[in-house]
Amino acid sequence: MTVMTMITKMSEGLGRTCAIFFLTLLFSLPLGLIVSLLRMSKNRIVSSITRVYISVLRGTPLMLQLLAVTYGPYYLFGVSVSREKLIPVVIAFSLNYAAYFAEIYRGGIESIGRGQYEAAEVLGYSRTQCFTRIILPQVIKRIIPSVTNEVVTLVKDTSMAFTVAYQEMFTIGKQIANSQTSFLPFVIAGVFYFIFNAIVGFIMGRFEKRLSYYR
Amino acid sequence: MSKLLEINHCRKQFGSNEVLTDLSLSVEEGQVLSIIGPSGSGKSTLLRCATLLETMDGGDLIYLGNYAARDTDGKAVYAPPAELQKIRGMFGLVFQNFNLFPHYSVLKNVMEPPMLVQKRKASEVREEAEALLEQMGLADKADAYPYQLSGGQQQRVSIARALAMNPKILFFDEPTSALDPELTGEILRVIRSLAEKKMTMVIVTHEMMFARDVSDWVVFMNGGVIIEQGNPREVIDHPTHERTIQFLRRLQEK
Ligand SMILES: Nc1ncnc2c1ncn2[C@@H]1O[C@H](COP(=O)(O)OP(=O)(O)O)[C@@H](O)[C@H]1O
Ligand SMILES: [Mg+2]
Repeated sequence: MTVMTMITKMSEGLGRTCAIFFLTLLFSLPLGLIVSLLRMSKNRIVSSITRVYISVLRGTPLMLQLLAVTYGPYYLFGVSVSREKLIPVVIAFSLNYAAYFAEIYRGGIESIGRGQYEAAEVLGYSRTQCFTRIILPQVIKRIIPSVTNEVVTLVKDTSMAFTVAYQEMFTIGKQIANSQTSFLPFVIAGVFYFIFNAIVGFIMGRFEKRLSYYR
Repeated sequence: MSKLLEINHCRKQFGSNEVLTDLSLSVEEGQVLSIIGPSGSGKSTLLRCATLLETMDGGDLIYLGNYAARDTDGKAVYAPPAELQKIRGMFGLVFQNFNLFPHYSVLKNVMEPPMLVQKRKASEVREEAEALLEQMGLADKADAYPYQLSGGQQQRVSIARALAMNPKILFFDEPTSALDPELTGEILRVIRSLAEKKMTMVIVTHEMMFARDVSDWVVFMNGGVIIEQGNPREVIDHPTHERTIQFLRRLQEK
């Protein structure tokens, strides 16, 4: 197999790699915010349950979580495993990344001084108005560097989908590497991830710059 | 003259620490009241109770006859949220450290609250906000962001932001304490000009000369109670209580 053929075959999986990536961000960023708010809830029970959720998802390998979400329903309820693995893969990734994002949001929210809440409260802002207009925009600015770290990690983590044989770029590469007994597919995969992350870095940098109009 | 603000028998404790003990005071329309006293005497807590940032344990809190809280069997019972929201529209608070919204321009800091909370038209609010900034000597800073301003300028923006809500009474909690001495004067001038326009104000301050000049009434607080009060020349120039004499002497030595 020529290098060109390998690249073409692996490229066919890039759409799925991107699907994992974008869908995970789409779900985990808002979910993470909800989880962080539950984590900071004044209700002890709610915050304890959320704390357990976060520590389990951050404390166990993503690979195990992928297996659990994909095959768990079969072992537990006898539900047959569907051929289309995108849904369980995105669920596992989203739940996992939401836990990481939740802690980032929490750090950001807790770093905003009490004075901002009090100023808004005295002016008559409702709690929702205060959060969405005053607190959240400042939180987003502060957490961008940490979020960028997670997003870069997510790009590389999409390769984990090979554990459930989801035909994304790395999974295809691994299969070619096995059948051709070649190391080349891994080099190609490395280049793909590197380019992907260069784009991510560029976009996040632009975003960060756009929010640098204030301190 | 009618009573704008009335606080009766206010009690407040944090845990077992009683910070305000059976404290009563009232402010009439157009009056300027200064609150002086050593740090830790409960001045901020009093303003925070008056502005609904803290809840009193006991006592009445009344704005223009509207009860925000009513003492019932020794406990302060607060009005429903809608009523409290209405009462919030009657007062403004200027903080020691400004608490401007850093992600908003000066103009937006002043314009958003009336538009969002009072649902007023942008065009009308803009006109008023620009006039207020002009009055504060900040006409050329409308598009600046808070971090680009000096402390004195930021404090003037925060005063404009409070005034844009057309409050009936304005509270100041040590408005010059976070400022360099040379910036203190510009804030005091602004407050003085508000007093000339008969703005009702309650000012916590350590600026004795200013308090004596600008206020109609001075309250000296110590340990959560009012020890001495009266017209400023009496209290500041001829204090009678031992604690007041000590406090004023120590302030002079500094
Ligand atoms: N949120 C709080 N929790 C516990 N104690 C508080 C709190 N706020 C103020 N205090 C205490 O109340 C007392 C009065 O504080 P404060 O009202 O800030 O005084 P002042 O403004 O006159 O310096 C102090 O002993 C202070 O430690
Ligand atoms: Mg204070």
